[in-house]
Amino acid sequence: MMTTKEYETYYVPAQSHWPIVGAMALFLIAIGAANYVTDLKNEESGFGGYILIAGLAMVIYMVWGWFSNVINESMAGKYSHQMDTSFRQGMSWFIFSEVMFFAAFFGALFYARMFSVPWLGGDGNNAMTFEVLWPQFVAEWPLIKTPDGTSTTAMGWYGLPLINTIILLTSSVTAHFAHVALEQEKRSQLKLWLGLTVLLGLVFLFLQGVEYAHGYSEEMKLYLTSGIYGNTFYMLTGFHGMHVTLGTIMLIVMFVRVMKGHFTPQNHFAFQAASWYWHFVDVVWVLLFFFVYIL
Amino acid sequence: MTTEAIHDSHEHDHHDHKMTGIKRWLFTTNHKDIGTLYLWFAFIMLLFGGALAMLIRAELFQPGLQFVEPDFFNQLTTVHGLIMVFGAIMPAFTGFANWMIPMMIGAPDMALPRMNNWSFWILPFAFAILISSFFMDSGAPNFGWTFYAPLSTTYSNGSTAFFVFAVHIMGISSIMGAINVIVTIMNMRAPGMTYMKMPLFVWTFFITAYLLIAVMPVLAGVVTMVLTDTYFGTSFFDAAGGGDPVMFQHIFWFFGHPEVYIMILPAFGIVSTIIPTFARKKLFGYSSMVYATASIAFLSFIVWAHHMFTTGMPLAGELFFMYCTMLIAVPTGVKVFNWVATMWRGAMTFELPMLFSIAFVILFTIGGFSGLMLALTPVDFQYHDTYFVVAHFHYVLVTGSLFSIYAGAYYWLPKWTGHMFSERLGKAHFWCSLISVNILFFPMHFLGLAGMPRRIPDYALQFADFNKWVSIGGFAFGLSQLIFLAVVIQCIRGGKKAEANPWEAEEGLEWSVPSPAPYHTFETPPKID
Repeated sequence: MMTTKEYETYYVPAQSHWPIVGAMALFLIAIGAANYVTDLKNEESGFGGYILIAGLAMVIYMVWGWFSNVINESMAGKYSHQMDTSFRQGMSWFIFSEVMFFAAFFGALFYARMFSVPWLGGDGNNAMTFEVLWPQFVAEWPLIKTPDGTSTTAMGWYGLPLINTIILLTSSVTAHFAHVALEQEKRSQLKLWLGLTVLLGLVFLFLQGVEYAHGYSEEMKLYLTSGIYGNTFYMLTGFHGMHVTLGTIMLIVMFVRVMKGHFTPQNHFAFQAASWYWHFVDVVWVLLFFFVYIL
Repeated sequence: MTTEAIHDSHEHDHHDHKMTGIKRWLFTTNHKDIGTLYLWFAFIMLLFGGALAMLIRAELFQPGLQFVEPDFFNQLTTVHGLIMVFGAIMPAFTGFANWMIPMMIGAPDMALPRMNNWSFWILPFAFAILISSFFMDSGAPNFGWTFYAPLSTTYSNGSTAFFVFAVHIMGISSIMGAINVIVTIMNMRAPGMTYMKMPLFVWTFFITAYLLIAVMPVLAGVVTMVLTDTYFGTSFFDAAGGGDPVMFQHIFWFFGHPEVYIMILPAFGIVSTIIPTFARKKLFGYSSMVYATASIAFLSFIVWAHHMFTTGMPLAGELFFMYCTMLIAVPTGVKVFNWVATMWRGAMTFELPMLFSIAFVILFTIGGFSGLMLALTPVDFQYHDTYFVVAHFHYVLVTGSLFSIYAGAYYWLPKWTGHMFSERLGKAHFWCSLISVNILFFPMHFLGLAGMPRRIPDYALQFADFNKWVSIGGFAFGLSQLIFLAVVIQCIRGGKKAEANPWEAEEGLEWSVPSPAPYHTFETPPKID
């Protein structure tokens, strides 16, 4: 039960120009990206890419300005415990929405494996589909030969993916140690563990890049366009990689703020949010490793 | 100890301060301002989407091709659907949520006021992109609001990417709006406002917000797959690469079915608030309403494939989705009986909010029953993609959602503007709408049962008579909405001064503050017994 005292200081900023900047930035990103991909498909060159870059720059500007405001307000002690709870709940539901975004792609993966590929191979009551459409098709997973004959190779789970799994799992542990250090006010340990987490995140991203380069090599011929296996592989790991990138950026910002002496054992919502986000991308990776690589 | 919420101010620290002119609306963090913006935006989109619908009805007034090319006709149906769903109904309810939830739970504002502004201002940009596609060489999206693959992938026109990114940013807006509502309700209730004391509109929007954050990301996922299939050579929805066009429908309707409850649950909340006031009785069963709403929300996740009975699903799938869908009739029945039982032996008066609410109960029930008919797999084989479906979802969305929005608008207009509206003009709006909407949508049932397909610009001669009536009803209904505009403008500009509680409502914290509601309410939390 919240007390009256907490209620009295709910901070409502009177005006802010950052949201409208953010809305315009999303507008630029949307039309920029739409023009860019349209030109890409028609093999024309246009200005879409520039608008997209302008939009992204504007988002960075907006996030910078908006978060600076919030940090300054927080440092000025304008926030109550209740405000902190609002932020925490907001962040957790945001992460939930991210989970649902990944669920759509996992859903596509499961559907392809459980239904569409077996059906194309004549499973269920689809014997005629198989006979009439692609009688030479072999239903298997990973689908290394599509019905229309595109061949590829499957990415194994040992080697880089396994190393990456260990790296990301370790980074989740170091992130937790950093959090514990922050709560116990051991600043040098905090810096060490947080710096290590950032480093592990960067190594993960680098290795993921190496893995993609390997996939796109002549040897493997595993492309985004290599049928449903390549589609789900790159879309799932790609979106995960984007989230790791975002998480790493968050952690770097936290590192800079720790260096500047921000956060107290009681008051460190931003740090907590970044760490939650990091654990979230970690859990997604474990699922990915299991369902995309191993099985 | 201070007893006031702190307000950041660039000027002097006066409490009712607000910027003037355009800056007030662009930079605002005030839930009432943002609610107003949402409501006006929704109404403008309603008129625009309505204009598209009237073009559709003009083309369908008689058989043969009169005014528009078939491809442009498809663009009209597509953009009409998208605008009404994402531009009119959803923002209108979010507008109500913004205006009313903080006042109903005794909070000073929404929990995340700046993000609130961001959620709103994304919308005009998103719809600018969508509508601008009418002026592109390729024309607007033409694959229906459901954008089934391969219509939206292999066979789509050049504006697909604009559609995809417009939907993406609409989704971002909805998710942020939903997170804001959830956090506000969980964290900002006045002391003593326990969950089971919350007004039903708060409850229904709370549950709606959960549906939103659960399914809008799935919509983002499926439009992303459409994008990569169309522009980057993936084959999620292409059997030649191992994918399946039917998979599109599964993912889309996993979003799409909860989406239709997103558009009706807040309506239940509004009607459940209004009927007790004008029946002068307590709501027959408050907790059963809450549980029924939660059950409907839960069931909405396991019925999606009833939109796909004719795609050739395995028999077990057909049966599962048929029975689950029929189960929804149970909690919905709980609600309808609840409203009727509330009115039973009540001292009823028939002011405008009540008229719209009663019309809602009756007409929404018609839409519910036609939905039950469509839920039966063998029957659906006959009705699928006919005008019967069109009749069904317009009964639930127009005489359901839209009528509840009007009911709510009339109920709270005195609180928003501080003036009473013209009851006479409002009644003209009600009766014109009620009669014309039934001329518009009721004959569609017969057309559908007789086999007239949806989304076709031309039709066989035997459908001509009913279509003529449908079109006449359509124009009449469209024009009737201008009366509402007149009522609102008149009400804003003046009229009889509204009291704090003009309807003598028994319940609702919003009636404890003066009309118009002060710019900041409940800077100190109210006492709740």
